[in-house]
Amino acid sequence: MTSETTTSPRAERTGEPGAPLLEIKGLKIGFKTQAGYVDAVRGVDITMRQGESLAIVGESGSGKSTTATSIIDLLPGTGQVTGGQILFDGKDLTKASAAEMQAIRGREIGYVPQDPMSNLNPVWSIGFQVEEAIRANGIATGKQAVRARAIEVLKEAGLGDADQRLKQFPHQFSGGMRQRVLIGIGLSSRPKLLIADEPTSALDVTVQRRILDHLESLTRDYGTSVLFITHDLGLAAERAEKLVVMYKGRVVESGPSKEILANPQHPYTKRLVAAAPSLASRRIQSTIEPASTADLGVTAAGSDDAELIARAHQREEAGKAAADYITVDSLSKTYRIRQGGFKTTELKAVDEVSFRIPKGTTMALVGESGSGKSTVAKLVLQLESITSGTVSIGGQNVGALRGKELFDFRRRVQPVFQDPYGSLDPMYSVGNTIAEPLATHGIGDRASRQARVRELLDQVSLPASTVNRYPNELSGGQRQRIAVARALALKPDVIVLDEAVSALDVLVQGQILDLLTDLQTELGLTYLFITHDLAVVRLIADNVAVMQKGRIVESGTTDDIFAQPSKQYTRELLEAIPGAHFEFGR
Amino acid sequence: MPSNDSSALSADHFVADLEETPIRAVDAIDESEKPRSSWNDAWDSMKRRPTFWIAAGLILVVVVVALFPGLFTSVDPRAAELTKSNQGGESGHLLGFTLQGADVFSRIIWGTRASLTVGLLATIIVTLVGIVIGSLAGFYGGWLDAIVSRIGDIFFAIPTVLGAIVLMSILPTRTPLTVALVLSVFAWPQIARVMRGSVLSARGSDYVTASAALGVSRFRILLRHVVPNAITPVIVVATVSLGTFIVAEATLSFLGIGLPPSTMSWGNDINAARTSLRVSPAPLFWPAAALSVTVLSFLLMGDVVRDALDPKARARR
Repeated sequence: MTSETTTSPRAERTGEPGAPLLEIKGLKIGFKTQAGYVDAVRGVDITMRQGESLAIVGESGSGKSTTATSIIDLLPGTGQVTGGQILFDGKDLTKASAAEMQAIRGREIGYVPQDPMSNLNPVWSIGFQVEEAIRANGIATGKQAVRARAIEVLKEAGLGDADQRLKQFPHQFSGGMRQRVLIGIGLSSRPKLLIADEPTSALDVTVQRRILDHLESLTRDYGTSVLFITHDLGLAAERAEKLVVMYKGRVVESGPSKEILANPQHPYTKRLVAAAPSLASRRIQSTIEPASTADLGVTAAGSDDAELIARAHQREEAGKAAADYITVDSLSKTYRIRQGGFKTTELKAVDEVSFRIPKGTTMALVGESGSGKSTVAKLVLQLESITSGTVSIGGQNVGALRGKELFDFRRRVQPVFQDPYGSLDPMYSVGNTIAEPLATHGIGDRASRQARVRELLDQVSLPASTVNRYPNELSGGQRQRIAVARALALKPDVIVLDEAVSALDVLVQGQILDLLTDLQTELGLTYLFITHDLAVVRLIADNVAVMQKGRIVESGTTDDIFAQPSKQYTRELLEAIPGAHFEFGR
Repeated sequence: MPSNDSSALSADHFVADLEETPIRAVDAIDESEKPRSSWNDAWDSMKRRPTFWIAAGLILVVVVVALFPGLFTSVDPRAAELTKSNQGGESGHLLGFTLQGADVFSRIIWGTRASLTVGLLATIIVTLVGIVIGSLAGFYGGWLDAIVSRIGDIFFAIPTVLGAIVLMSILPTRTPLTVALVLSVFAWPQIARVMRGSVLSARGSDYVTASAALGVSRFRILLRHVVPNAITPVIVVATVSLGTFIVAEATLSFLGIGLPPSTMSWGNDINAARTSLRVSPAPLFWPAAALSVTVLSFLLMGDVVRDALDPKARARR
């Protein structure tokens, strides 16, 4: 396994004595709000030695990014260090002047930001931005030398044709290439410490893997210490030798990565480790009896309770027996793209896609960005018109529906979208949002609708008092529950989940997946699950189809695909999952 | 769990004290908090600003004066004694007399109504027209958008005052309503543009797609989801433009083509006082001051409203 061999030279170094490179002692950070100071970081201690790699893991709001940005004095907005010390090479950075910080930033501590799309200035060429960093850090002087160094930096970052690409602009680069540029900039002055804040979260898994491999070999060559900030436990385990687990502004556990993951001590770490999806996990089995409303218990992912295995077999048998409910036959979608003037070119977003989904099962459509998976979802939902081919749901040809028939079809097929912050109208209270489908289809009167809303809230395990709340008061996971409740309101047969859990923290993600599984068992729902995350597929899907460039390259049952992927692309995808083969303590 | 034997842990494996780091249920809802809509939030942030209370207080005073001028002065604004022409203040007539010998304070009080009426009427007309046209253009797009946007551009190209001079000079009657209408003719494209841009961004959001997938009709989506979410920038622009309409009315009246001289308004009074400005500036200064304070209070209000409704400020957590 690659991580074994790549981390070993570092592991030798960690044992060495000597003063730590970075020592954070009792760090406290507060944000000034209208209601006074709100503490984001409440007494954090972290120690890093030269050449060591360390990952801070935590969910959103745990204070991990705040801690990292405070090191280079780039706290956002009203954030302020309110206590503690940050000792870098023996110097307290919290007391450093603005000029001293400027000298340290870039030259001694490099920074790779999270979003490669917005962290390069779109109006300047790549070359200009790299040269700017080189000049600012005084690595080279003179036009020729700076230019030569810029090319060198980009080549090191893995852009082979750097000399030609210097004059290009960020929009001509893919996300992965932009992140390479940012890594190049971050490492251009050979800093002692590199802070990588979710460096690959916005990238596809295969790109992520290549970038991280490259980052690892570079920092090993230069002896740079790397501080990773990530929400991904698998990534942390694979890329860092030390782990710091943060929760609500505090460190709950820290130590060697492998030890923590194999033998977590703090209840929060245990929870996190248990929820981490990996290839070793199994499909979540609902603990509730089919078609009964008994005990809404929640199952832990990968639980190997004998009864659950029995139920898994049951499911499989039932899946084989069930008739295909959704049939998609050589479905294609072509977009016309204007090429300036009156010229148009055609883009085939979906190309001859065929699959079948038996009633009451989950089919996952997996692919990287641009593979056409979301377009398939829109076609199934009839939010876009079909160019050719057919989609049939319950024997009804969806593409041919018009007017009243289409309106009635909407009752049976409902979507849940990716962005929990965008899919609920911020001006609508939760009650109104869930009641909207009922009102639209004229079901029941006011009182009965309200009763149904309460029932739905209960189904998604939210308290009835949520009715009067507004989306801005709820967390991402809670909003996604509301979106599920809205989708369930009309008692549909099919729910199309378009990256429905991708934006959520791992614990919340696990909760929503459990909820979806329970609802499927209880209501006999059929899911079309669109995702880029293979680890999630393992937990929820019965069948998988892998999409690449608009085509399905491989499909089969989840177990088969994960055990014996037959196509190179599928294998790459599986290999690229961070921490895929890591043994998590459970 | 495999083993919880902490003696097997390596030296640098730190585990926080459980007492000090209690963990809460995943993703629990704090039921004790009061439900809040974004309008509640906006109100909360507004009421904390002193500027809001100053602006609101001034606006309230202006509105009360406009509604019940009799409460503030018992002097007849039309009673003129030429012997007191342009005289300074005296007991009972603190701000002095106009060229015609009328009481300046009383005329300011009685002139408030006309000025404010024009401002309010023009704002209401412009906002309604702008919202309707802007939403339709932004939401339905296509040829409708193309035509409406070009028409808007044409009106944009005409300077408001210049266009108003031409229109006012051919109108048979000049009342607050006609002045407001004429101002609206040239001012609606601004609101329509703001609304169109705002609708364009709301139109692409996921909740619109979600509603479409529920079978909600296009028009109902526009009415129930898109407009409420797109309207805040328009409210801000409208609050600010109320002030500018009052100024525009004064400008037109000053030029002699706004309200007829028989209607008492600040603009008319400024116009009348212009001829004797060098002899006695007071009759011009006071109505101008009233105008400035009123406009300023609406501009301040616009500022506070913008801060409170700013979508970036609204994302609370």
